[in-house]
Amino acid sequence: MSARSNAPLLLAVLATFYNPIASAEPFTPASGAQVLERLPARFDPVQRELSRLRADLAANPADLGRATAMARRYIEQARRDGDPRYLGYAQAALTPWWSQARSAAPAEVLVLRATLAQSTHDFGAALADLDEVLRRDSASAQAWLTRATIQQVTGDYPGARASCARLLGRAPDLVLQTCLASVGSVSGQARASYRNLQRTLAARPDAAAPLRAWAATLLAEMAERLGEYGAAETHYVAALRADPEDSYLQAAYADFLLERGRAPEVARLLAARTANDALLLRYAIALQATQSPQAAQQRAALRARFEAARRRGDTVHRREEARFALELAGDPREAVRLAKLNWAVQKEPADLRILAEAATASGDAGAARLVRDWLRDSRIEDRTLDALLGAPAA
Amino acid sequence: MMRRCLALLAACAALLSAQPALAHKPSDSYLNLQVKEQRVTGRWDIALRDLEMAVGVDGDGDGNLTWDEVRARHDAIAAYALSHLKLASGGQDCPLQVTRQLVDRHTDGAYTVLMLSGACAGPIEKLTVDYTLLAEFDPQHKGLLALRYGDATSTAILEPGRARQELLVAEVGRWRQFAEYVRQGVWHIWIGFDHILFLLSLLLPAVLLYREREWVGRDGIKPAAVDVIRIVTAFTVAHSITLTLAALGVLALPSRLVESLIAASVIVAALNNIRPLYQRARVLFAFGFGLLHGFGFASVLADLGLPQGALLTSLIGFNVGVELGQLAIVAVFLPFAYLLRNGLFYRRIIMLGGSTVIALVAAAWLAERALDLRLPSLT
Repeated sequence: MSARSNAPLLLAVLATFYNPIASAEPFTPASGAQVLERLPARFDPVQRELSRLRADLAANPADLGRATAMARRYIEQARRDGDPRYLGYAQAALTPWWSQARSAAPAEVLVLRATLAQSTHDFGAALADLDEVLRRDSASAQAWLTRATIQQVTGDYPGARASCARLLGRAPDLVLQTCLASVGSVSGQARASYRNLQRTLAARPDAAAPLRAWAATLLAEMAERLGEYGAAETHYVAALRADPEDSYLQAAYADFLLERGRAPEVARLLAARTANDALLLRYAIALQATQSPQAAQQRAALRARFEAARRRGDTVHRREEARFALELAGDPREAVRLAKLNWAVQKEPADLRILAEAATASGDAGAARLVRDWLRDSRIEDRTLDALLGAPAA
Repeated sequence: MMRRCLALLAACAALLSAQPALAHKPSDSYLNLQVKEQRVTGRWDIALRDLEMAVGVDGDGDGNLTWDEVRARHDAIAAYALSHLKLASGGQDCPLQVTRQLVDRHTDGAYTVLMLSGACAGPIEKLTVDYTLLAEFDPQHKGLLALRYGDATSTAILEPGRARQELLVAEVGRWRQFAEYVRQGVWHIWIGFDHILFLLSLLLPAVLLYREREWVGRDGIKPAAVDVIRIVTAFTVAHSITLTLAALGVLALPSRLVESLIAASVIVAALNNIRPLYQRARVLFAFGFGLLHGFGFASVLADLGLPQGALLTSLIGFNVGVELGQLAIVAVFLPFAYLLRNGLFYRRIIMLGGSTVIALVAAAWLAERALDLRLPSLT
């Protein structure tokens, strides 16, 4: 596949042309046949489906069923391609209801609105929309699940556990167990959660492949935090076999390999996936660790992407940006500043890890206290953190 | 990890959610304008991907956008773009033209570059920008504006909800800009009823003393004035600290939390007048809650947009404006309160009745802000 060899070259070209204030000279292409941009072709089946839905909605813009189907389809596409433009298109499809008061908006719109709010880290608004949905219909599995997710991301573990529990009898058993294990594994029940999920997954060999891949990823992360690296690798490999394209999984596996000092494998794994910022970050870290001559180029490309996000006022990339500052830009003070801002918003294990690393590197006492307090209060178990903080294993 | 749980369920259980998209950038255009006298020039970079959505560029639909295909749509692109960007100065439109179209690359792909040229009726002092590009297709699209005049550059983010913005242009600049931010500061404290009510709640008892479970008038204006000065100073110092920290991006709090806590601060201050816990507490209230009010001011300042080259000037200007606005309120309030302080009208109706009304209004705000209720016509 030529993308593999072209990606670094393309990035080098982008890095050369890019200038945040756009003082670089724009140009007139030398030839009319020169291809300036590659987009999905119109005959691509996905694009055909989207344009059919779009035309259908354009003819009936006030049709709630069509609008929510369109929005749902766009959100799914955003997840598949990792392309946030589709989230904007989803919002556009919901225009007639988007600004409606919470009490007046249809439940389907509220769930979608919450999903979109979550994607821009507006967790408060998302939870308020979901609570309204659940007030009207306490049996909405999707609302409970989305609520559990947001509660876990923001560190509200009792709330997340309670929301998961409401899935009993309303969602497949594996979904319920995964929801519970996900919360339990970071709140004092790491080993029991691991065993439960392993057992449930083994008892459901007929579950859909993406669901199995996801459970395997979760098991891999749990095993890694428990310090069982052999088991973690087995789970990662199994998950990758089931879903080789998933970018979350690739990032988690890359972090696992980097932590174990296996940077060359990361460079090979991610060389063709650098359109994704999170994966480019891991790729650049791996190149730096192997002292590759391309490391500087990739660092510049990443810096340009963060700068572009900063100009538009985005703050959803702070976790990645903190890691960039710490590991690639050699700026621990900036890293700890970003890690603390990020920690104020989200509290997943990866957020705790970058906060702890930045605290150690910068000697920031406030950040170190945040980490110690969270370790004590949440009872999360993570061997990597124990090693980093020099604390005895729990 | 849980985020993926939802994402995968979308595929396997017809449920759905979205993980934050990290892969590509959301849609932005880069609008760089330069102003000199009445002339406006500039360049506007719009992603070819977005233009494909809005006007259609890919003639043969094969997904490869060639220069020929883009060139063939130059007129349509210019017409679409210009109908979604309106500049005005002194109440009159400044018509724009596209003089050339080029190509440039940004981190997320190729952009068409529209070279712009236009003129306003007279020398530009304040430029009004009205930006609606792509609003109907992608409400998350943003226009990132950099406006240059002389050696100064100010920036703004244009998006639905903040589609129309005014930018100050001053050739010699600093003083005019400073004055404008002073004006905005004064204006904000005058229209910011929550700040006024908070301050009034703290000032109402300044001309009184609480003795034997009753308010009585103070002797002499000096102790009253000292009290007022202490309260106003504490409030000022506190909100200046947080306003500065927030405006410089050192600290951030969610605006709903801030707005709710500000409403709560008004309730506490008003209730303390009805049943005082502690006379001196008002200075502490002024300082403690002043920290919160500073975050409230900062969000206003963020909406105004801080010019990059003159961050400190405008920050100080805004703060000075807030203080001047506050002093004006005190200057009206103190003589009036001092004259009336011994009468029942002041002590019962204004002091107790007024505090009760303030507490009730603030309670309604709190409900509105914290619980996100929509109450009819309270603000």
